[in-house]
Amino acid sequence: MNPGHVLGAPIVVLNRVEKRFGDNPVLRDVSFSVARGECVCVIGPSGSGKSTLLRAINALVPISAGSIAVDGIEVNDPKLDKLALRRRVGIVFQQYNLFPHKTALDNVMMAPIHVLKENPAEVEARARALIAKVRLTGKEAAYPGELSGGQQQRVAIARALAMNPKVMLFDEVTAALDPETKKEVLVTVRELAAEGMTCLLVTHEMGFAREVADHVYFTEDGVIVEHGPPAEFFGSPKQARTRAFLDQVL
Amino acid sequence: MDGTADFFRWLAEAHRIDVSIAYDPLDRKRFLIGLWTTIWLSGVCIGSSILVGLIGAWLHGARSAAARGAVQVFVQFFRNTPPLVQLAFFYFAVSAALPPVTDRFGASVPLIDNVGWAIVSFSLFAGAFNVEIFRSGIEAVPRATVEAAESLGYTRLAAYRHVVLPLAFRVCLPALGNNLVNLVKTTTLAYAIGVPELLYAASQVWSEVFNVREMMVVLLLTYVALVAVLVHGLRRWERAMRIPGYSA
Repeated sequence: MNPGHVLGAPIVVLNRVEKRFGDNPVLRDVSFSVARGECVCVIGPSGSGKSTLLRAINALVPISAGSIAVDGIEVNDPKLDKLALRRRVGIVFQQYNLFPHKTALDNVMMAPIHVLKENPAEVEARARALIAKVRLTGKEAAYPGELSGGQQQRVAIARALAMNPKVMLFDEVTAALDPETKKEVLVTVRELAAEGMTCLLVTHEMGFAREVADHVYFTEDGVIVEHGPPAEFFGSPKQARTRAFLDQVL
Repeated sequence: MDGTADFFRWLAEAHRIDVSIAYDPLDRKRFLIGLWTTIWLSGVCIGSSILVGLIGAWLHGARSAAARGAVQVFVQFFRNTPPLVQLAFFYFAVSAALPPVTDRFGASVPLIDNVGWAIVSFSLFAGAFNVEIFRSGIEAVPRATVEAAESLGYTRLAAYRHVVLPLAFRVCLPALGNNLVNLVKTTTLAYAIGVPELLYAASQVWSEVFNVREMMVVLLLTYVALVAVLVHGLRRWERAMRIPGYSA
């Protein structure tokens, strides 16, 4: 829980979102909202559509029906201004997906310079501050291939933050990491949440969800089975399917 | 220089090993013109075939089915036919179909001369292979990396420029190098339409001096040296582009 900050108005609103790949429904009638400054965790078994959900919010996958609004921008709109959306939404992927031909510092600096056409000197100052924030001072000149998984993931977080997003999406960002490096990344995410950044995480880290989330959603087969504040959700789950899942993973 | 010329003159008289380009000024001039023509022709064709490859690979990824189809036809046509036949096709068939122009002496000359057709022909021939090489490089860039660029607000063109092409280029440099080496060797075919490149120059010399054996050796050694220079350049380029900790 984050008692340190007050939740604001909803910034991400999903209303009856459906997604099918061919005949295969991945998301069915999913509705929820994330308030400004809120940290929401989505948990659930593999293949339950969690990643698709995040990617749909960022317009990386189109949805089949329903509505997704981010800071007032309707994502399910053929005339969507993708740049306007993506300036507001930062995403961090399971496999980091850094640009391997650029140094850590350049990875953070690239998008503000190429996309936002900002002044390189100002971007560099901000990028160096972000690198320090994710505790990678001294690694500015390293290439992704020279960094550990956890370090790469923190560069990826800094890269997303460099665009000054209003919402951060985390797609199983620790799933590819060993327990040691997992912690480094989770510390960074926890700090972001504590600072009041709106965070939406898809995660398998139950301990982390319990500690950091303001609200937890459990999805299975493309539907939200149960949701609630973490104490309630983990303490006394109401649904049998939730209990079965928690018994398996905890 | 004089000492060298004297040595080769002696070699020709005493041992009948006649490297006439080493002591005869006219033969030497012909040979150097041939060498320069080959270098120049190769350089121009390398540049324009890379351009053809980049445009073709870009069109291959386009949304328009017509554009993709056109690239496919182009690649199949130029990859599946012999370059000598292509050259003859351009020089004899296409050239005859174009309107002639009047040169500054008032004579009627073809719109594009033999050197021009050699450039067009070799650029398209090597370009067709370059399309395939670049396309395989572009396809080797993980979809997830492109997605990361998109999610940072990059347009398709910007993602191509800053992310996809720099990575694809590194992947396809070895294959590109092979094709460019082949291109340099293919320029000898321009001999068939009278472009004064190395083989043409050598044949001029040996048909007058009757030193076919010697000139053949000179010709082969010259190509060994030319391609060695190109390969050395490509290796250095490859090394300069290497990314620490990353293996393409």
